[in-house]
Amino acid sequence: MEHTGVQKKAKAVTKVSADGSVLRRLQRDKWLYVLLLPGLLYFLIFKYVPMWGVLLAFKNYQPFLGFWESEWVGFEHFRQFFANPDFGRLMRNTLLLSLYNLIFFFPAPIVLALLLNEVRVSVYKRAIQTLVYVPHFMSLVIVASITYVFLTTEGGIINLLLEKFTGQKIDFLSSPDWFRPMIILQTIWKECGWGTIIFLAALAGVDAEQYEAAIVDGASRWRQLWHITLPSIQSTIVILLILRLGDVLDNGFEQIYLMSNALNRDVADVFDTYVYMMGITQGAFSYSTAVGLFKSVIGVTLVLSSNYLAKRFGQSGIY
Amino acid sequence: MGKQYRTLGGTVFDIFNYTFLGVFALVTVIPFLYVIAGSFASDAELTQRAFFLIPSTFSMAGYQYIFSSDTLFQSLGVSVFITVSGTLVNLFFTVTMAYPLAKRSLMGRSTVLNLIVFSMLFGGGMIPTYLVIKSLGMLDSFWALTLPGAISAFNLIVIKNFFEQLPPGLEESARIDGCTEIGVLWRIVLPLSKPVLATFALFYAVGHWNSFFQALLYINDPEKWPMQVMLRQIVMLSQSSIGDSGMLDPNFVQPPEQTIKMAVIVIATLPILCVYPFLQKHFAKGVLIGSIK
Repeated sequence: MEHTGVQKKAKAVTKVSADGSVLRRLQRDKWLYVLLLPGLLYFLIFKYVPMWGVLLAFKNYQPFLGFWESEWVGFEHFRQFFANPDFGRLMRNTLLLSLYNLIFFFPAPIVLALLLNEVRVSVYKRAIQTLVYVPHFMSLVIVASITYVFLTTEGGIINLLLEKFTGQKIDFLSSPDWFRPMIILQTIWKECGWGTIIFLAALAGVDAEQYEAAIVDGASRWRQLWHITLPSIQSTIVILLILRLGDVLDNGFEQIYLMSNALNRDVADVFDTYVYMMGITQGAFSYSTAVGLFKSVIGVTLVLSSNYLAKRFGQSGIY
Repeated sequence: MGKQYRTLGGTVFDIFNYTFLGVFALVTVIPFLYVIAGSFASDAELTQRAFFLIPSTFSMAGYQYIFSSDTLFQSLGVSVFITVSGTLVNLFFTVTMAYPLAKRSLMGRSTVLNLIVFSMLFGGGMIPTYLVIKSLGMLDSFWALTLPGAISAFNLIVIKNFFEQLPPGLEESARIDGCTEIGVLWRIVLPLSKPVLATFALFYAVGHWNSFFQALLYINDPEKWPMQVMLRQIVMLSQSSIGDSGMLDPNFVQPPEQTIKMAVIVIATLPILCVYPFLQKHFAKGVLIGSIK
């Protein structure tokens, strides 16, 4: 009896002091909470309200009825989308672009970093680095505009040169055959230099003594590359590769949108541009929300599982 | 890297390597140089000479057109305004949120951090976000170009980590002297963080200057178009062979010529090229912080 009484009392005391400390802490940090408020509101309004807005995908949104009054339709929009021939086309375009990116763009920064790493004249190396980083900071509109100015059949310099030497012009900009190579080349041009940073950092971490030992053993530079350099950056390469697999559905809206036109639309349309076209320009809000939701659910699953894989590979993942 | 034995193969490789890298670097910058050269050339020269880096006929016609056209001059102003005000909004929101989150004893801290990380993973997407902006009445207003991107979650976390590493002693003594938290932030923490904040201000500013998608989505009024949207109108949509040209704003009476196109590209690029040396000092560090996290 006495025992339980003491216990109760003790509980009551801790409760009171806990409450007291909560209030005290709130009181002590009140200005911090005031500071936190704008940021918190930002995340609630511009990040979390749209997350709820995703429910539109399961409704038949009518602007004049509003979000709450519009009728629920369940998975109707998803059913429509999967039955639509657009679905296969979008999937194909998206995956092909990602595949080409993986094959042609992904190795490019690695090769460039390895070559840069072999440069012993540090002034030269730094000059090259300074130049190849530049396009990363340009907007995609600028990059696309330069592409247009260079490739247009109406006085673009590439076509002027082509005409001079072959007598023919190629309409790169509206030809479906040229769309994918153009996108990949653009990406390589814009981001290849920038992509070297992470590999150069990994290369800088390689123990110099290993090279010295290898040289003493008579290893050629090719052998050094094969037996020391590549194995040392192997884990970085694998992690980045796995993480890249996480966003195969993301082709980058702006680039595709800017380079697509009425004539190459068949190969250019991807999920994001389709969402924009159906939703913003044609006003099919619920349907395009469903398309967007489909894409982001698959996307999140891919990102999380590839991140899990990256962690399993013995490195710290990103999340 | 120690001593290296000179071998024939090694020398051949070095020659190849230095040449290849030089060519690659030139290929990355030559398009910019050509566009700059072209912007100062006459239209006639552009159609006759296939490639040049120094124009033989010097002409300012492209720039004269840009600065005499109300639409273009206005969009330049819009871009400058959005870049300045947007960056201030970014800094205000990011700093005021990062500072409290850097205090480990703050109640609810981990909940808020989790909310932020979750928002990096999953988002509502284009349409729900558009409808939120629309229902806030921000369509066709500059608010739509600044507020929805007020905080980059990634930058926020990096700045928070930086605040956490500041020596606590200084803040303590300021507090003992009777400073409120806001006073500590303003008088102690911000001055100590100037270099970091300057770096992120540059990154945010470049983002605003380059932003195209937001304006495309939220701004229909051509008078409020920033330079990037205008650039697309002039360079990409004025082409008669391309299907979208119907979208070209009817205000454009005169179809812009090559020189003008190039001059507009230069104007849209110039600010970045001006801040690039400052950016370059900092970005490698920023990227590496990101990759370690």
